[in-house]
Amino acid sequence: MKSESLLIRVGLVIYLVLFFTYLLGPLFLMSITAFNSASFPQVTPWEVLSFEWFSVLFNDQRIISGITNSLIVGFFTVILSVTIGLAGALMLTQIWPKIRATFYTIIIAPILIPGVVLGISTLVFWDRVNVMLGFSNDSFLHNGILLTVLGQSTFIASYCMLVFVARLQRYDVGLTEAALDLGATHVQAFRKIQLPFLAPAMGSAAVLAFLASFENYNTTTFTFQKYPTLTIELAQKVRYGINPSIAALAFIIVCLTIFFALLHEVKNRRAQLAIANGAPIGAVSNGFTMPKFFTGNPAAVSLAVFVVAVVATIGISRVYDPEPAKAVLLKEKRAEQALRIEALQNRMREKRLKKLYKGPDIFGSGNSKVPQAPSKIGAGGVFNPSNLDSASPAKPETPQSPGKGTFGNVFDPGNLNNDN
Amino acid sequence: MSSGVGVDLENMWIKFGDFVAVRDANVNIKGGDFFSFLGPSGCGKTTILRAVSGFLDPSEGNILIGGKNMVGKGPNERPTALIFQNLALFPLMKVWENITFSMEVRGAGRAERQKRADELLEMIALPDQCDKLPSELSGGQKQRVAIARALCAQPDVLLLDEPLSALDLKLRQHMRTELREIQQRVGITFIYITHDQGEALTMSDSVAVMREGTIDQIAKGKSIYDDPSTAFVASFVGENNVFRGKVNSITNGHAIISTNRSGELRARVSSAASGTLKVGDDSMMFIRPEALNIAEKNSDTHNNIVAKVRHSEFEGQSYNVFLEGSEGKEMKMALINRGEARLYDPGVELVLEYDANQAVALPAGELASE
Ligand SMILES: Nc1ncnc2c1ncn2[C@@H]1O[C@H](COP(=O)(O)OP(=O)(O)OP(=O)(O)O)[C@@H](O)[C@H]1O
Ligand SMILES: [Mg+2]
Repeated sequence: MKSESLLIRVGLVIYLVLFFTYLLGPLFLMSITAFNSASFPQVTPWEVLSFEWFSVLFNDQRIISGITNSLIVGFFTVILSVTIGLAGALMLTQIWPKIRATFYTIIIAPILIPGVVLGISTLVFWDRVNVMLGFSNDSFLHNGILLTVLGQSTFIASYCMLVFVARLQRYDVGLTEAALDLGATHVQAFRKIQLPFLAPAMGSAAVLAFLASFENYNTTTFTFQKYPTLTIELAQKVRYGINPSIAALAFIIVCLTIFFALLHEVKNRRAQLAIANGAPIGAVSNGFTMPKFFTGNPAAVSLAVFVVAVVATIGISRVYDPEPAKAVLLKEKRAEQALRIEALQNRMREKRLKKLYKGPDIFGSGNSKVPQAPSKIGAGGVFNPSNLDSASPAKPETPQSPGKGTFGNVFDPGNLNNDN
Repeated sequence: MSSGVGVDLENMWIKFGDFVAVRDANVNIKGGDFFSFLGPSGCGKTTILRAVSGFLDPSEGNILIGGKNMVGKGPNERPTALIFQNLALFPLMKVWENITFSMEVRGAGRAERQKRADELLEMIALPDQCDKLPSELSGGQKQRVAIARALCAQPDVLLLDEPLSALDLKLRQHMRTELREIQQRVGITFIYITHDQGEALTMSDSVAVMREGTIDQIAKGKSIYDDPSTAFVASFVGENNVFRGKVNSITNGHAIISTNRSGELRARVSSAASGTLKVGDDSMMFIRPEALNIAEKNSDTHNNIVAKVRHSEFEGQSYNVFLEGSEGKEMKMALINRGEARLYDPGVELVLEYDANQAVALPAGELASE
């Protein structure tokens, strides 16, 4: 009996560990790569703690403009989607019960349609409209921001509607009736009673819409025209090879997410605490005192710890200089390389002794080339493809054109030069 | 006091598809009256109130408020205020905002509204609660806020839909008297809905008893109790012992009923049935538990019933004695507690008597199922 329950508990723990590893492991690893000085996102081999990828990120004009475009698109998508979603949800409650199910299916359909299809159809549709209205080819209907907002809203509005429908199901129509009975017009009843009730749903719908818009790729890829959003920029970057500045961006996003999630939790807990204590919520949120804020609120504590950690990290990045450590690493690498070269030379010598009569040319070229490499391009010299090219021209692993392969430029010595 | 605005329903029918929720209602409510609709759940009380306040229009017939036909007018155009079955206080507004909502939509300023809210809170004995949210009030307090909110709109007619049903007994009794006081103070017409007969009888000037969409009787509480017009009303309002049988003879407004199991019994013919109840008709006779008494001896068979005690229970103000007549006929008798011990052992045989004026003979009809 007892051992059985223990078994179950151990099993549960193992399951949870696996589950969270699966869920959060990739994010965790990726976050770490942002702090490794290695020019390819990697955890091992760990080189040196460095914050340089954040400055690379902030100096990347394309990423910055991508973020700007994403924010603009997100802003307008939120406005459009929340409005359409709210209207749809209200319609659903007003419409005759007989066609309600049909209406619901129609309005939910965009969620089920692949984003690619939505993107193409948005493009085609508005192009047709443009032609029909007789506008020129560079009219506002061909503006990438507008098209992207329209395209994304087609399905994000459906998400918003679902949020509103859920909230509306808990709405007591009696409240609107009471307002009417007390002399309010229909508009007043909606604005003063129903809309405030829907306010939390509007908040959730707006957040949902913004996130959906921010991360959208499928639809946007057809509609962005001259205004690539962040996801488009990232996708294009990956095609030409990535460096850890993308991990740095991802890390920032993860941090923001954690921050807002904790903030939300803190608020929730506070409300719950207030209810548990029988005090009006207003009294608690107004009387903000530090110790009270933390009592019995683990979320608040985590939030504080988190904020301190972020601030500390930023502080460290200001004063911390990875260069000495890098220099040390460089030295180590050189020493290691020298050892390897020596070993190579020894092997060569042995070979030469064996193949004494086969001619001296192989050793001759190797001997003159290898020692030069480190002095030229530092530790990375070993990986220099041109090095390999000259040493053994027919080596199959060598990419034919390093700059074009997906991750090809990891091996590009130019990368390493940029780092310093 | 009777200067208030009256409400009249004329041949009003309300149908939902094929379902008839209200059948041919004719009601005249005098201005300033406290008028109750009483009936079991689902009989159409709320439907009538919603029609009066304008949330639905009658399928046929008219609704007059103060003599003016209201059919086709929306709830915000009628001089009525409805207190909902679930109160429908606005959950996100503070108490004072709730109360003065009707002023807010008319564009009244904040200071004016707060002043009025204070007055009303004073009246409903809830001062200093104006900044609470409805969720932070007790049931009875919510109740009173709902009343204040409705009164703030200065309606000519206040409609109340079972407002006390959610409260416990003590609070309910307290609120009853309070409601009645408020009504007398403001002097407007109250239309009150309840399925609790005690509530209807204690508070109302007139009561309408409903059964499945039909109004069976409209009368003062005492008439409803003492002189019911249908078997349904007799069995629904208060407790009653029912005796089924046939009318044997009728003289001077009194009938002799030969009951199925209790022999021949005498009863006064209900005023609603006088003229319609004929010799030989199927009839029902009703005797209230408190109208039964213990006889000295078996003198007049038409006023006596012989029954055995099954069990009796002490209820404080009275003893309830449950009896079994011939062939298992069940009866209940209530004896006032005057100090002497009146708990009877099971099996004791008693002769019961009653005053024929307190027994009512009615045509046979549908009874209220408990
Ligand atoms: N909108 C509607 N559509 C169809 N039937 C309805 C509708 N509203 C009420 N009914 C029906 O009309 C009848 C009367 O309903 P009503 O709400 O008036 O009952 P009530 O007397 O107020 O009962 P309760 O004491 O339980 O509140 C019920 O049988 C109900 O099912
Ligand atoms: Mg009702």
